Amino acid sequence: MSDPAAGKAWVFGDDVNTDYIISSKRKRDTLDPVKLAAFLMEDIRPGFGGMVSPGDFLVGGRNFGCGSAMEIATDVIRGAGIRAVLAKSFSRTFFRNGINGGLLMIAVDTDGIAEGDPLAVEERGGATGVRNLRTGRDYAGAGVSPLLDEIARAGGLIAYLRLNRGFGLTPDGRAGKD
Amino acid sequence: MGATIAEKILSRRAGRAVAPGDVVVIDADYAMANDGSGPMSIRLFDRLEMPVRHPERIVLVVDHYVPCPNDKVAGLLKEMADFAARHGIKLFRAGDGICHRLMPEQGYVRPGAVVVGADSHSTTYGALNAFAAGIGSSDFAGVLATGRLWLQAPASIRIELAGALGAGVYAKDLALHVVGEIGADGGTYRVLEYGGAGVASIDMEGRFTLCNMGVETGAKAAVMPCDAVTERWIRDNPHLEDAAAAGGVAADADAAYAGRLAVDLSRLEPMLAAPHRVDNVHPVADWQETAISSAVIGTCTNGSLEDMRIAAAILAPRGIASGVQLLVVPPSRQILAQAIAEGLISVFVEKGAVIVPPGCGPCCGALNGVPADGGVAVSTANRNFKGRMGNVNSEVFLASPATVAASAATGHITDPRRLSDV
Repeated sequence: MSDPAAGKAWVFGDDVNTDYIISSKRKRDTLDPVKLAAFLMEDIRPGFGGMVSPGDFLVGGRNFGCGSAMEIATDVIRGAGIRAVLAKSFSRTFFRNGINGGLLMIAVDTDGIAEGDPLAVEERGGATGVRNLRTGRDYAGAGVSPLLDEIARAGGLIAYLRLNRGFGLTPDGRAGKD
Repeated sequence: MGATIAEKILSRRAGRAVAPGDVVVIDADYAMANDGSGPMSIRLFDRLEMPVRHPERIVLVVDHYVPCPNDKVAGLLKEMADFAARHGIKLFRAGDGICHRLMPEQGYVRPGAVVVGADSHSTTYGALNAFAAGIGSSDFAGVLATGRLWLQAPASIRIELAGALGAGVYAKDLALHVVGEIGADGGTYRVLEYGGAGVASIDMEGRFTLCNMGVETGAKAAVMPCDAVTERWIRDNPHLEDAAAAGGVAADADAAYAGRLAVDLSRLEPMLAAPHRVDNVHPVADWQETAISSAVIGTCTNGSLEDMRIAAAILAPRGIASGVQLLVVPPSRQILAQAIAEGLISVFVEKGAVIVPPGCGPCCGALNGVPADGGVAVSTANRNFKGRMGNVNSEVFLASPATVAASAATGHITDPRRLSDV
């Protein structure tokens, strides 16, 4: 990889479910996301845990992260050092867990990203996006609500709640400007 | 503009009119975590260094690892039990049942309530006209500390039912039909709201099955109206006072929906989901003669006493085909006890079935009942992803208890209507 800030794109298809991300049988032995990262995607791409490097990117199609609500799925992706997940759409529990876990997720048309493309995270005007260094194309997700943005910026829900001793923005049940 | 059931429940809770897309922070009436999600939640909660805000609104359930398979999991289960004891939280122990059965059965779900669970099939509780959604471990840790969570208010898809199901056709067949029609991601960020004259013909057990499978479309929740069926079920449940039905919420006639699906129940036939997708749905008749090696009856999706009766009635005169392993998974201690009292368990045992303790067991490949390479399972559970039952070189078909029992009896996938006395 010529650009040291870039990571490699690993491209998967539609409906990558959480069982494929990390099999239930692996969770019997440990909950350590770094150890479990060795088994990332093993059922659909055996050996993947040994190929992926910290700073790489996961690229999916539609409905990425469907199935179980288990947060271990987003945790293991972070445990593998994945920089961001780009997909055409995310399942809602996966998206929730990603926001709450501080994982960068971008919902965009991923058709133009090929396996092995060098990708890099870019900050532009306060928004975080991803640039494909091969094609020059930029990818930015749709804006999220002010509350979710705050949670993401705090580094996840636990960090946010520690900081605010609860849902600080929302004494009356309202979340930010929503 | 009127409101859907979900919009009304969330608006009432938020204290303002909530529209789809709004992010609200609201109280949960109850929050549940099991041994799959609970241990991670407890560790995250401990990092908050805050007290448990409402221990009386929290339910912990041991159901994924029943009985415990190894020393590492034993440690996690002990962590959960110690945490529950330390904070005065209700804990259901191994063998009590599967969380999605216990939450309604033990009185933690009522019409109009907001109930969340750190498990995707928490959508089940919408059968009782509650707003119920799956959450993650961070979410659950947040509920422990604050009693609250953030939710993005969803739009709803209206599923309008007409008519009644024919002989040999069950709520599970409808659930599979709906997943096939909407697709595995067609319900993402939506609520599946059931309505129409046909709903009255579906009993509460069928409604649990339908709402359980709702998440297989990607839906955030699935919800049923509160009607006479709901009221009767509440009256018969010793853990709920009869007045609980008064909290029921109805959709307005002019509510706006993101989509609609109409189903004439009388035209449905037995359906199955073929490997390896929940929305790969076809009539059972199209797959007859596919040989099977194992069968699973029960789980949180289809383990009611009525489901057990249907299966026992099919198996009693026929037995189980040679070469087929039948696993029976009663979803709770209460149902297991009732099935024993009715003689249903005797039928299964005498015919050669393996009785699995109440828990998630074979459904998610976490524990027991793993098929061999090339194995073909037909199951009443809710997912058939590749490797779901613990072996990527096996296949899982999903179907109703009648279809699974009929298939176990013949050794191949069988439309239960083809058996003479069903």
